[in-house]
Amino acid sequence: MNGKRNETKSTLASHLRDSSSPLVRLVGVYVDFGRQRVLRGLNLEVARGETLAIIGESGCGKTVLLKTIIGLVRPSQGQVYFDDRNLALMSERELTRQRVRFGFLFQQAALFDSMTVAQNVAFPLRQHTPKSSEEIREIVLARLAEVGLPEAVLEKKPAELSGGMRKRVGLARALALEPELMLYDEPTTGLDPIMSDVINELIVSTRQRHPVTSIVVTHDMRTAQKVADRVVMLYPVPRLAEDEDQIIFDGPPETIERVMDSRVTQFVRGEARERLMELRQQTAGGQ
Amino acid sequence: MSQAIEPLRTSAPPGHWLNPLVGGIASLGAKMITALVTVGDFTVFCLRTIGWLFTRLPRRETLLPACYQIGVLSLPVVALTGTFIGMVLVVQSYVQFRQLNLETRLGAVINMSIVRELGPVLAATMLAGRVGSAMAAELGTMRVTEQIDALTSMGANPIYYLVVPRFLGCLLLIPALTIMADFMGVAGAYFYATWLLPIDSHFYLENSRRFVGAFDLFAGVFKSLFFGAALSLIGCHRGFNCDPGAEGVGKAATSAFVYSFVAILLLDLILAILLDAVYYTIWPEAPKIL
Repeated sequence: MNGKRNETKSTLASHLRDSSSPLVRLVGVYVDFGRQRVLRGLNLEVARGETLAIIGESGCGKTVLLKTIIGLVRPSQGQVYFDDRNLALMSERELTRQRVRFGFLFQQAALFDSMTVAQNVAFPLRQHTPKSSEEIREIVLARLAEVGLPEAVLEKKPAELSGGMRKRVGLARALALEPELMLYDEPTTGLDPIMSDVINELIVSTRQRHPVTSIVVTHDMRTAQKVADRVVMLYPVPRLAEDEDQIIFDGPPETIERVMDSRVTQFVRGEARERLMELRQQTAGGQ
Repeated sequence: MSQAIEPLRTSAPPGHWLNPLVGGIASLGAKMITALVTVGDFTVFCLRTIGWLFTRLPRRETLLPACYQIGVLSLPVVALTGTFIGMVLVVQSYVQFRQLNLETRLGAVINMSIVRELGPVLAATMLAGRVGSAMAAELGTMRVTEQIDALTSMGANPIYYLVVPRFLGCLLLIPALTIMADFMGVAGAYFYATWLLPIDSHFYLENSRRFVGAFDLFAGVFKSLFFGAALSLIGCHRGFNCDPGAEGVGKAATSAFVYSFVAILLLDLILAILLDAVYYTIWPEAPKIL
């Protein structure tokens, strides 16, 4: 009797912890590649169910941040917690088990060239579930239908698809195991405006269909404003002052246009301004 | 915690006469460190791959395509190389042996060279060129296009999924390819020597039988296992550590072949010495060829 009550209590406690604690937490994360520092003392929390957009100019460490969150890049210092567990303390096997809870849409979709579309989408299902071929085929068809792709693409190879289709197959593959955390790496880069909007809509509808937490790395302000509850802007480390925080904006997307920081407004409006002068000076200096 | 990284001082003050010397030593040191790190990384890579063989064997759908690529598609080229090498050996050594009136001993010398040395080394070299560099290019492209990251992100271990089938395929099939190269070499040499040159077929075969034994065939096949392991591991490791871009993939493929070839010859030397020692320990009275 007592045991049962304790069990109920602990379930309740874990439920409370689950709903209140952030799903992803980064504490003082540094990432260096050789002598180049890409992330400097980054602190960031992503709440459950939230869609966070990370924006910033090319080379500011957005993609590295995303890869750090799923343990593809190990931080030189600092900790990354997923569901209150430190990734650095997990064994390779444990990390593999946790990765089933992630879905990652890569910048160029990263579909396996040697496999067909059907095999690509089925890959995570075959790896991690004991489902039969028929069940897997049904799930594959359902996922492809969710991203608006017909049955006719099933047997095609990735090389035969357009960029937009590849991204959608990548999305279907990332969603195959119904992950808790979806990570999108520049989902609209290289696509025409209409296909970009299709992808944005898919990100929104995925969230409506599955209870998922999402992190979207982008430099497309339309994507950030359309899909995100919260926007975080990163700034490249070499251009920051010594003790400055690398996150130069953190707030809801509606407020980003009212920020006074010229670095933020410059990015939001897409204006080169003094950067153009800097680049010209660099070129002149180089000569 | 967050100190800036101090650049390593690699030179005396500007204009100092010691500068070129210090610079040279520093760059030598940097190269040594890079080489040492690569060797360490390669060792870990090999141990991980071999570790998988004892924990979980690859799935059929990944192993069979690798075996098809490595074994079936390499067979014609290996057979052809073997045949020509056998013939060339006869052409090159016939005149010298004729002057000594020892041409019937050609069978022993040529077949021994083919079975112990040239068969395994040439089969491995062809495989390094055909399969090893293709592995480096394929895995390199997968690295560059983030497919290896995608595998990891989906909870599939890239070493288990990509390297182990290729490694096991090479290990299983290189003995067969070596035997094929040996057979075609021996046959090519026999036909050239007895059909196109005036060497008596009976004595040619009799000398081969007397001097070339099962141990020689075993020695060649045994060595080929090491060659197969080396070329597949080097090819896969080069691919995994490929630099970005088309140039990176090209470099990975080339370096895979060059390193594999050097490794094959180095292993060949070590194993030849070792196997000779084993042979004369077991049979101290064994006959010498000449």
